[in-house]
Amino acid sequence: MQIVLFHLMPYADLDLAAGRKNGTVWVTLPNRNFDPEKGHKLYNRYLDELEYGEALGFDVVAVNEHHQTAYGLMPSPIVTASALARRTKRVKIAILGSALPLRAHPMMVAEEHAMIDVISGGRLISGFVRGIGAEYHTFGVNPTFSHDRFHEAHDLIVRAWTEPGPFSFQGHHYKLQYVNLWPRPYQKPHPPIWIPSQGSKETIDWASHPERRYTYLQTFSPVKVVQRYLKQYRDTCAGYGYGCEDRQLGWAVPVYVGDSDASARAEAKAHFEAFRNVYVRMPIEMLLPPGYTSRESLKNVMKAKAQMFGDVTIEQAIELGLFVCGSAETVTRAFEGYWRDMRFGNLLVMCQFGTLPAELTRANMERFARGVMPRLKALE
Amino acid sequence: MPFADHSIEVDGCRTHYRRGGKGPPLVFLHGASGAPVVLPFMEKLAQRFDVLVPDAPGYGQSDEPEWLENIHDVAYFYLDFLNRLELERAVIVGSSMGGWMALEMAVRNTSRIGSLVLVSPAGIAAPRAEPADIFLLSPEDTIRRLFHEQRYAEERLAAPVTPEAIDLALKNRHTTARLAWEPRFHDPMLPKWLHRIDVPVAIVWGAQDRILPVAIAHELKRLLPRAELAIFERCGHLPQVEKADEFCDLVVRFACR
Repeated sequence: MQIVLFHLMPYADLDLAAGRKNGTVWVTLPNRNFDPEKGHKLYNRYLDELEYGEALGFDVVAVNEHHQTAYGLMPSPIVTASALARRTKRVKIAILGSALPLRAHPMMVAEEHAMIDVISGGRLISGFVRGIGAEYHTFGVNPTFSHDRFHEAHDLIVRAWTEPGPFSFQGHHYKLQYVNLWPRPYQKPHPPIWIPSQGSKETIDWASHPERRYTYLQTFSPVKVVQRYLKQYRDTCAGYGYGCEDRQLGWAVPVYVGDSDASARAEAKAHFEAFRNVYVRMPIEMLLPPGYTSRESLKNVMKAKAQMFGDVTIEQAIELGLFVCGSAETVTRAFEGYWRDMRFGNLLVMCQFGTLPAELTRANMERFARGVMPRLKALE
Repeated sequence: MPFADHSIEVDGCRTHYRRGGKGPPLVFLHGASGAPVVLPFMEKLAQRFDVLVPDAPGYGQSDEPEWLENIHDVAYFYLDFLNRLELERAVIVGSSMGGWMALEMAVRNTSRIGSLVLVSPAGIAAPRAEPADIFLLSPEDTIRRLFHEQRYAEERLAAPVTPEAIDLALKNRHTTARLAWEPRFHDPMLPKWLHRIDVPVAIVWGAQDRILPVAIAHELKRLLPRAELAIFERCGHLPQVEKADEFCDLVVRFACR
């Protein structure tokens, strides 16, 4: 199994009471709550943590994109991935992902990813996402065109990466007389494409299509949901007439490894609960603007609202498999069990979450890398 | 109940409309939440007019056509709708989103339009006027903001919520987002062409409108200097509901002169 160290780079110095009072840390939390001096320390600490990931033997370090929120301080994952491209030597760098429909023009994404791939000597993994619902509020992009823009942007990027230029691209949303990418990506035919998702049939049908076979990542979901969607992906591949490879599946989950189960829970509790109950939280109108999902999905979320939008304790989260926490032995056994059941070829661990401070994050990474990772890497 | 349901295909879109009353034609263009029921002001107008209340493409019981991408598509559709029904000198009464649609129609072609009554219309922006963000408000907050007199909001909030009503609300909301998400509830190009409107215009606004602030009324009046402007006191975003009698009197006086 390939192990990915995934970072959200949250604003860990957040005044949690302010976040609570505002009801969400997305879109409307006034940015006076951000202190640039604290931000300076956080960015450098987080980049150090990802660089340390290479030293600890992770296969991939991963960054992502979120806008106008304390949840993650990476409106441009290009910036953080670029910094990592120069400071690391062997580890792969994953952008999970660039929010294609939010960009004014997808050619910028094609160019920036190609640059990082060339600078890093072919170590880039490209992730594509639509951006979450809140970002359609902050970017003003019409959510009812989100799927259309995503697919068209994807098509343009892959063509720009692979077809000899110049050629013209006349889409519905994007039009270019000259597509002629400089630099072309280092990897042939192009960097691997991963698709992080909260789970949807449309995404699975599209990502698993024989022409694409993109790695599908189920992010931060109860383990039952992860099982359902990874199985659905495998079944869809079978429906297309081919066998799904393990490398096509991934699961992204926060993890905390302590010296014992009890100390792990005690150390992680406040920080995980801040993550789940303050940083993640947003009202349904913000999460799911019209057209972002099908109306059927929206109705299902409305029905599950009480469960999805209520507080979750660390104990409940561990029970749900929303969080994997315990001694190295407990965590290893949990993942071995999940792996036997789901056979995901990529495990993305978030070793920092919410307000988890530097010392605990490093200790967590070290315990995971030494006590858990070797056995998981051996699984195949 | 003088209103009957009808259905007609226009531009490949199966379009539902209600029609009732006698007199010159009056087409009411609904706002973001559609026109799911016949309201008292429609009944009252039907005493003097042949009132048509279409569900716009993407709203209510009308189809959601593939071609529906922006407000201009709706304008051309409604011009075709007037042609198709061979309406002459129609009074177009548009509320909120419907007022925006009426403006977009009228800058294009007024050959079948007799006059416009714009009821707190969307469509233009005004300096320092901040419309409510109905895409971020909860449904309850949106309803409360629609009205000055909260008893109207209480009535709506007390109404039972059926699965069909939820489906309709989601459909209407989707189309509203498609047409008005960005730029938010206005067309920056519209002011350039408002001078093309060559029929009488009345602008009606509630002084306490908490969806589209009354400052927009003054901006619209500045852009349409010959328009008649009526501002109703103690009234929110829906004068036709909160001040139904005064509203209908104004429409009759204005359109029948």
